[in-house]
Amino acid sequence: MSGAKQAGSGATDAESVTGAQSLVKALEHAGVEDIFGYPGGAILPAYDPLFDSKIRHILVRHEQGAGHAAEGYASASGRVGVCMATSGPGATNLVTPIADAYMDSVPMVAITGQVPEALIGTDAFQEADIRGITMPITKHNFLVTDAADIPRTIAEAFHLASTGRPGPVLVDVTKSALQATTSFQWPTEITLPGYRPVTRPHAKQIREAARLILAARKPVLYVGGGTIRSRAHKELRILAELTGIPVVTTLMARGAFPDSHPQHLGMPGMHGTVSAVAALQKSDLIISLGARFDDRVTGDLSTFAPGALIIHADIDPAEIGKNRHTDVPIVGDIKEVLTDLIALLKADGQQGDYEGWVAFCAGIKKQYPLGYDTPVEGLAPQYVIERLGAISGPETIFAAGVGQHQMWAAQFISYEHPNTWLNSGGAGTMGYSVPAAMGAKVACPDATVWSIDGDGCFQMTNQELATCAIEDIPIKVAVINNDNLGMVRQWQTLFYKERYSNTDLQAHGKKVRIPDFPKLAEAYGCIGLSCESAADVDATIKKAMEIDDQPVVIDFRVHKDAMVWPMIAGGASNDEIQYARDLAPRFEEDDL
Amino acid sequence: MARHTLSVLVENKPGVLTRIAALFSRRGFNIDSLAVGPTEHSDVSRMTIVVNVEETPLEQVTKQLNKLIEVLKIVELDGTSSVNRELLLVKLKADAETRGQVLDVVQLFSADVVDVAPDAVTVQLVGSSQRLADFLKVVEPFGIRELVQSGMVAIGRGPRSISERTLRPVAVPTPPPAVG
Repeated sequence: MSGAKQAGSGATDAESVTGAQSLVKALEHAGVEDIFGYPGGAILPAYDPLFDSKIRHILVRHEQGAGHAAEGYASASGRVGVCMATSGPGATNLVTPIADAYMDSVPMVAITGQVPEALIGTDAFQEADIRGITMPITKHNFLVTDAADIPRTIAEAFHLASTGRPGPVLVDVTKSALQATTSFQWPTEITLPGYRPVTRPHAKQIREAARLILAARKPVLYVGGGTIRSRAHKELRILAELTGIPVVTTLMARGAFPDSHPQHLGMPGMHGTVSAVAALQKSDLIISLGARFDDRVTGDLSTFAPGALIIHADIDPAEIGKNRHTDVPIVGDIKEVLTDLIALLKADGQQGDYEGWVAFCAGIKKQYPLGYDTPVEGLAPQYVIERLGAISGPETIFAAGVGQHQMWAAQFISYEHPNTWLNSGGAGTMGYSVPAAMGAKVACPDATVWSIDGDGCFQMTNQELATCAIEDIPIKVAVINNDNLGMVRQWQTLFYKERYSNTDLQAHGKKVRIPDFPKLAEAYGCIGLSCESAADVDATIKKAMEIDDQPVVIDFRVHKDAMVWPMIAGGASNDEIQYARDLAPRFEEDDL
Repeated sequence: MARHTLSVLVENKPGVLTRIAALFSRRGFNIDSLAVGPTEHSDVSRMTIVVNVEETPLEQVTKQLNKLIEVLKIVELDGTSSVNRELLLVKLKADAETRGQVLDVVQLFSADVVDVAPDAVTVQLVGSSQRLADFLKVVEPFGIRELVQSGMVAIGRGPRSISERTLRPVAVPTPPPAVG
């Protein structure tokens, strides 16, 4: 009988709903506005009430795209990103983005359907133990078998994902729970007795940190992604300017401190600037703010910053002392840590004596700027990326893939604001860029969003261009196309005697390029452009900038021998940094 | 390498043992023994985990364990301020000729015979790891047919309980606004 279930016909607080309706209501109560997902058998009941919900569901072309889109959404906006998939392969396709979100502390909730409770453990059709599979790559995960548990579990999932050290939380819901009848009530309280993240730093530790800061002669502010997650960029700038201490921002923290700021020495690590690497190596005090002494930053740990005392502030106590001995551990939210430090240093009124050190760092920054060779023939990829940054401006959001283009995008674009640089830092997930850019554009529809991708990465997830074209998500994609897996090729050049095993993506010896990216873009309903010479770069970028009602893909055909410099070889000491091939910079103590 | 005994209070929920075991495996920590059982609170289980690590990794072990949402509390119990016990069941060869000697040893260690067969006795012994090891050394010449041993359980000395805790709920937070 049609019309029997009219809206508003006697709905009460104790309204009887299906588990699926309860799930959608719970997501609405949690503040969800957008979901990236893909339906299938076990999650199908949830898609019926979702059809009527005010939540926008964006149908992706692959569940991995849904996961990265949720990451991009979260990283650009600071809100929890949500992805949804069915059981079995739908859920396992989320594994890569979930692992990625875990490594980079991205607040994300993944909802997956599970086979009916009675079939769990029977190797039923499309059954996979996704809770078991994702245990080591989620902050927490749930299997819901009782419809009555749905609202509480969703409330807990969003609380866990967005507080403390953010991270992905997976909620696996059985089809039987989605189909059961239950009553909906949004919880007013959450009981998680084992979860009490410490955000307020200990006053004694703050005093000790302030004492070390004033006593130091060669301090560095080592800023990590936690500063961005904590939305502490303003406080960081106040502390930096109050003390005059030089700043380095890690790959995950690009944008936390303006690149244009004179105190900024750039990015440390394997492909960091000489000045950032030298400052850490020669410092006598490293003030780590939401960074984790990752191996890509420290190089060989035993020779990393040998003369430095360490103040390590992080919301996750397990990061403190994990890799490097800490002299002053501070457990707390970076924003609160910085606020307390600023207040104490201001009240104290003293200034540290860093004059010689600041001059030393500035000297190295001037002596060893980032740079690249312009090739005799062909287009320099670094030039393309540099122009992208300059023409698009500092309000633009950039999402990179993984490899050479990612490092150049971290190096040659000037980031002025947090959350404008999105990339897969910890996991190094090729294929992150296009779906992450899509997610960022959904979260920030008024911003220009560029995906800077490699030709290898692009071919892993470019089917989301269809989603972008159909769902009216006009991202721009710059494919830095060198026909090769550039970063792997660079290592083969440097460490494998130029034996280019399986890094050439093109048909060997044939002239035709497969695929033809502009044609591929056109096939997906996007505008496809190409550019092969430096003279055309600006005009092509400007042309893409003028299109705002359709996704655009530019195929930048760059030369394949460009390398990322500076470089510290894997496992080598930071002292072994090469400014360019076989060119060791000089930054000795006696320069101080 | 040193052995440390951790008492871990966890929420009594499905999968919690997997989470803990998987964490040890993933982070490269070694478990010597692990025993799980109920506590005085029906919704809380207690695990006694004996780990074999240096001091610094032990700190990592406890910090990483503490990050698990269902872990409520971790206490390290040292040998002097706690009582620790293991249970041993061992089936020894004992025919008419040797049974008397076997029973002498059982009596010496205040162990119990829990089953008898014509050519074997099964002995139960509760004690510290050292006591169990000493016993096994003495009975080994008689012939061990089968042996099973529990993980260690441990409890602090004195009147206090490690499970005293608060179950304070937190208010459901409003979703954070977007940046900028």
